Amino acid sequence: MTDGALVGVVLVSHSAAVAESVAELARGLAAGGAVAPMATAGGTSAGGLGTSADLIVAAAREVDRGAGVALLADLGSSVLTVKTLLLEDELPPDSRLVDAPFVEGAVAALVAASAGAPLTQVAEAATEAYAYRKA
Amino acid sequence: MRDAEFFRSWMTAAAAAVEREADRLTELDSPIGDADHGSNLLRGFTAVRAALEAQPPAAPGAVLQLAGRTLISTVGGASGPLYGMLLRRTGKELGEAPEVADAELAAALDKGVGAVAQLGGAAAGDKTMLDALLPGVAALGTSYRAAADAAENGALATVPMQARKGRASYLGERSIGHQDPGATSSALLLGALADVAERDVAGREAAGRAEDGR
Repeated sequence: MTDGALVGVVLVSHSAAVAESVAELARGLAAGGAVAPMATAGGTSAGGLGTSADLIVAAAREVDRGAGVALLADLGSSVLTVKTLLLEDELPPDSRLVDAPFVEGAVAALVAASAGAPLTQVAEAATEAYAYRKA
Repeated sequence: MRDAEFFRSWMTAAAAAVEREADRLTELDSPIGDADHGSNLLRGFTAVRAALEAQPPAAPGAVLQLAGRTLISTVGGASGPLYGMLLRRTGKELGEAPEVADAELAAALDKGVGAVAQLGGAAAGDKTMLDALLPGVAALGTSYRAAADAAENGALATVPMQARKGRASYLGERSIGHQDPGATSSALLLGALADVAERDVAGREAAGRAEDGR
C-alpha cells in the first residue's frame, strides 16, 4: 500500500446512465474536500444495457492509486463479471467486490475513501448501508 | 486422445449451434429473462470463432482458455462470465498437454461445472444451466452422446421448475412452465461436443479403411 494514497471506487451497472448518475450523486454528497478517485463501467462496450469486462478492467486501472480498489455492482452479470475478473486476477492488486446496495453503498464508499480510509473500512462503510431500514 | 484441433472443432460446432438456435434461445429468454440470451451468445461465440482462427492455440487447454476469456469479454450478459468460467476452468485443468484423454476431459469439465456453481451460487433444481451441465457431465463416463442426451433431458426438465437465480427468480411461481434458456444453451454446447466426437470417430474409421485398402 502506498502512504497517503486513496482507495479507488468503481461503479459497475448494466446501464451507463445509471452508473454515471450514481457517480454524480456520490461525488455531490462526498464533496467538502479531496474526493477519492471514482470511475464507472456502465453498460456494454457497444453502448447497450449489460456488462463489459473490458470497461470494468479499464475503470479499475484508472482509479488504482496503489491503495486498493472497491468495486460496487448492481445485479446479475455485473456481479458475476466482477467476481470472474477477480478470480482470473484481471483487476489491480487489492481489488475487492463490495457487498453493498448500489446507490447507498456508492455514497458510503466514496465518503470513506475520500476520508482516507483503507480498503477494508471503505468496504465496511458500504456494506453498513444495508443496515439502514427504510420501512 | 484429443488434440487442439478437436477442441477448436468443438468450439466451432458450438458457434454453429448457437447461430442455428439463437432465435429460439432468445424466444425462451423472453417470458422469463430479458430476451437477449441468443444474441448475447451469438456475439460471444462468433468472437470465439474469430479468436481461434486468428491465433489457433496449440494445446487443448489453451483453446478452452482463449474461448472462455473471449466469452467473458464479449457476451455482455450473465452467461458471459458463467460460460467463460466453465471453459477457463476446464482449460486450466487440462494444462498444457498437447493431447488429452477423454477421462481427463471429463474430470476437467467436472471442475469447470463446479466453478460455475460456485460463481453463480446455484445448485441443481434452481432452473439454471447447471440443470443441464450437471447430468451431462455425470454421463460423460458413458459416452459424449449420452452426455448430450442427459443435458438435453436436463434442459427439458427445467420447465416445471421455479427459478431461484437470476432475473427469472423475480418472477417467483410465474417462472414455472418455461424452459430455461441457459440450460438449453448448455445442452447445445454438450451436443456440439458429441457431434465433433462422432465426426472424429467416423474420420478415424475412414482413415483406417483407406489404410486397410492399401
